[in-house]
Amino acid sequence: MTTTHTRVAEATAPSDRKTTYREAMREAMREALRSDERVFLMGEDVGRYGGCFGVSLGLLEEFGPERIRDAPLSESAFVGAGIGAALAGMRPIVEIMTVNFSLLALDQILNNAATLLHMSGGQLPVPIVIRMTTGAGRQLAAQHSHSLEGWYAHIPGLRVLAPATLTDARYMLAPALADPDPVLIFEHGSLYNVSGDLPADAGPVDIDHAAVRRPGTDVSLIAYGGSLPKALAAAGDLASGGISAEVIDLRTLRPLDDATVGDSVARTHRAVVVDEGWRTGSLAAEISARLTEQHFYDLDAPVERVCSAEVPIPYARRLEEAALPQVDGIVAAAHRAVGEPVPTGANGAERQPVTGRSG
Amino acid sequence: MTTTRSPRAPRPAARPNRQDAHRLALLESMLRVRRFEERCVQLYSAARIRGFMHLYIGEEAVAVGVNEALTDDDAVVSTYREHGHALARGVPAEAIMAEMFGKVTGCSRGRGGSMHLFDAGRRFYGGNAIVGGGLPLAAGLALADRMTGQGRVTCCFFGDGAFAEGEFHETANLAALWQLPLLLVCENNLYAMGTALARHQAQTDLALRAAAYGMVSWAVDGMDVFAVEDAARRAAEGVRAGTGPHFLEMRTYRFRAHSMYDSDRYRDKAEIEHWKERDPVEGLARRLRDAKELSDKARTTLEDRLAAEIDAAVEAAEQAPEEPVEDLLKYVTSPVEVTRP
Ligand SMILES: Cc1ncc(C[n+]2csc(CCOP(=O)(O)OP(=O)(O)O)c2C)c(N)n1
Ligand SMILES: [Mg+2]
Repeated sequence: MTTTHTRVAEATAPSDRKTTYREAMREAMREALRSDERVFLMGEDVGRYGGCFGVSLGLLEEFGPERIRDAPLSESAFVGAGIGAALAGMRPIVEIMTVNFSLLALDQILNNAATLLHMSGGQLPVPIVIRMTTGAGRQLAAQHSHSLEGWYAHIPGLRVLAPATLTDARYMLAPALADPDPVLIFEHGSLYNVSGDLPADAGPVDIDHAAVRRPGTDVSLIAYGGSLPKALAAAGDLASGGISAEVIDLRTLRPLDDATVGDSVARTHRAVVVDEGWRTGSLAAEISARLTEQHFYDLDAPVERVCSAEVPIPYARRLEEAALPQVDGIVAAAHRAVGEPVPTGANGAERQPVTGRSG
Repeated sequence: MTTTRSPRAPRPAARPNRQDAHRLALLESMLRVRRFEERCVQLYSAARIRGFMHLYIGEEAVAVGVNEALTDDDAVVSTYREHGHALARGVPAEAIMAEMFGKVTGCSRGRGGSMHLFDAGRRFYGGNAIVGGGLPLAAGLALADRMTGQGRVTCCFFGDGAFAEGEFHETANLAALWQLPLLLVCENNLYAMGTALARHQAQTDLALRAAAYGMVSWAVDGMDVFAVEDAARRAAEGVRAGTGPHFLEMRTYRFRAHSMYDSDRYRDKAEIEHWKERDPVEGLARRLRDAKELSDKARTTLEDRLAAEIDAAVEAAEQAPEEPVEDLLKYVTSPVEVTRP
C-alpha cells in the first residue's frame, strides 16, 4: 500500500503534466482502480495485451488479473456480466474494443443497462461505465468505421460522454463512475495519439455541460469527439478570413446541454453542427431541431449540418475522405451560414441531397 | 493444457493416390499465398496498402487443402484474414492487390480493402471483419441450398476466438437442428489477437465441444495439407450426402503478428520457432524434393512464375484508376430499377 501512495504522489506531481489522450485515459483508470476497490476493468485483450489501443497497458501488472480481466470474444456476455456485477455493488469499467463490436452487446446495453432502473420501479440502478472507441478516418472500411454514439444518445437511461480533450480524457471517468446510472464513454480513434500538457488547474470534469472551446461572435460551430479538432481548425481558417467562429464542444451527448448551445447561438445567430454520424436521424439532426424549437427567432440563417455522407465508409482513401466531415466542408458551411460566398477550394460536398437512389 | 479427446479425422486405410501433379499443384497454391502476402508486407511498409491487414502466413495448408474439397458451385464465407481463402478460391491476385490499393479494378472496387474481399461470381462471400459475423450468413446460404434442393456445400472459415461468440454457438445449433449443408472450418491458431486459447476458452478442445451440437466433428493437423485435404473431402462428402453440418478444427499457427498494427509481445519466440519447423509450405516442398518430385530447377521455375504473376498484379494495381469521388454514393442501394407491386 505504501508504494501505491508514493506512486500517486509521483503521478500527480505538477511538474509532470505532459501527456497523451491515451495516457490520460489510462491515468484516469489507474486513479479509479486505486481509490475504489469496487472498480475493475473488463474486456477483450485489456490485460496481457494492454488494450487493443494500448490504453490499459501496465494496469494488469499493477492491479492483477482479478481486476484487469481479459474476456473472451463474447461481447454480449461480458457487457451483460458487467451490468450484473454493477447490480451487485461493483463498479465495472467495461471496455468494448470499438463501437462496431458493441452491436453484439446492444441488447444488453439497451434492454438491461438502460431499462432495469425504470422497469424495476427504481429498485435496480446500474452503475456501470462502458468505454469504446468510435469513428472513422483510418481506412478501416465500413465494418470498422462506424460512429454510432448518436444511436446510444437516443436511449433514455444512458449518459453518453465524448471526451475530446486531454483534460476530459483524464477527468471524465471519475464523475462517470460516481454516476448511479450507466455511462457510455466514446473515445474517437483519431485522438489517442494527441499529446500536450494537462492544464495546471485541470480537475474533475462537469459531465452535465458542454464547453466553449473557442469564443467567437459570428457563427457557432457545434462539434464533439473526433470532430472537435476539425471544428477548431475550421475556426482558425475562418478567423483569417475575418469570420469569428465560436466552437462548442458538446462533451455530453446525452443529456444534451441545450443552455450552453442555445446561449451561444443567441449571441452568434448562426449555427453549424458537425457530426461524424450519418446525417439522417443524427445527433446533428436533434441539435438542429432543438435550435429551431428554442431559438427560431435568434437564428439569422438555417442551421447548417456537416455530417458523414450516407454511405458505409469506404476503404479507398479519397472516397473515405469525401465521406467524412472535413475542415473545408465546415468552413464552407460557416460561410453559407454567415451569407458570404464560399471561397474556392472549400468544398460543400456534405450539403448534397442524400435522399433517393444513389446508384 | 487439456488432454485431447476429440475424434481425429479418420485417415483413409490406404493413402489416396495423389498424383505428382496434384501434389505440385497444392505446393503452388500454398506458395502463391505465401509469396503474395510477403509482397503485401513490403507494400504495406511503403504505405501502398493501408488500413488493417491480417496475414495468413503459416496457415496456408488450411485454405488450400479445404479448397480441394469444394467445387465451383460451392460457397465460401471468410474472415478478415482471408487473402489465402480468396486466392485458393481462384480470385485473381490482380483483383485482390488492386482492392488493397483501393482501386476500382479491385474485387470490391476499392471499397472494402484487405478485410473485405468479395467475388460473387466465384461464390466467395467475403471478407467479414466482425469476428463471428460470417457464421449466421453461411447458415443462410446453406439453408437456401437445402430449401432449393441443390447439392451444394457452404464452407465457412472462422477462428478460435470466434468460437467464443454467441454467433458460433447459435449457428452450430441451428445448422445441426436443421441439418444444413454447412462445412464449418475453425482455424485454431491458438490465439485470438493477444489472448492465448487457454485464456479465452474454458475447454480448449474445440472439436469436442462442436460435437456436442450433434455434428460430425474432427480435429485435424492444419499444418499438413494432405491431412487437411483428406479431412475436408470426407467432411464435404458427408455434407453433400445430406448428413448435416460438419465441423473441422484445423490446428494451425500464424507465423506473423495478428495484424500489421500488432507488436506480437504476447507470444514466446521459442513457440513461434517451434511452429515454424512445421511450416506447411516448406514442409511439403521438402517432401516433394525427397520424393524426387520437385527438382531444384523446378522449384526455381515455380518461384519465378509466381514472382512474375505477383509483379504483374502489383503493376496492374499501380496503374489502375481509383473510383471517382463523384461515385461515392454508389452501391448504397441497388442500382436496378425496382418494379413496385
Ligand atoms: C465482434 C468483434 N469483436 C472484436 C473484434 C476485434 N478483433 C479482430 S480479430 C480478433 C481476434 C480474433 O481471433 P480468432 O477468431 O481466433 O481469429 P484469428 O485472428 O486468430 O484468425 C479480435 C478480437 C472484432 N473484429 N469483432
Ligand atoms: Mg485465432
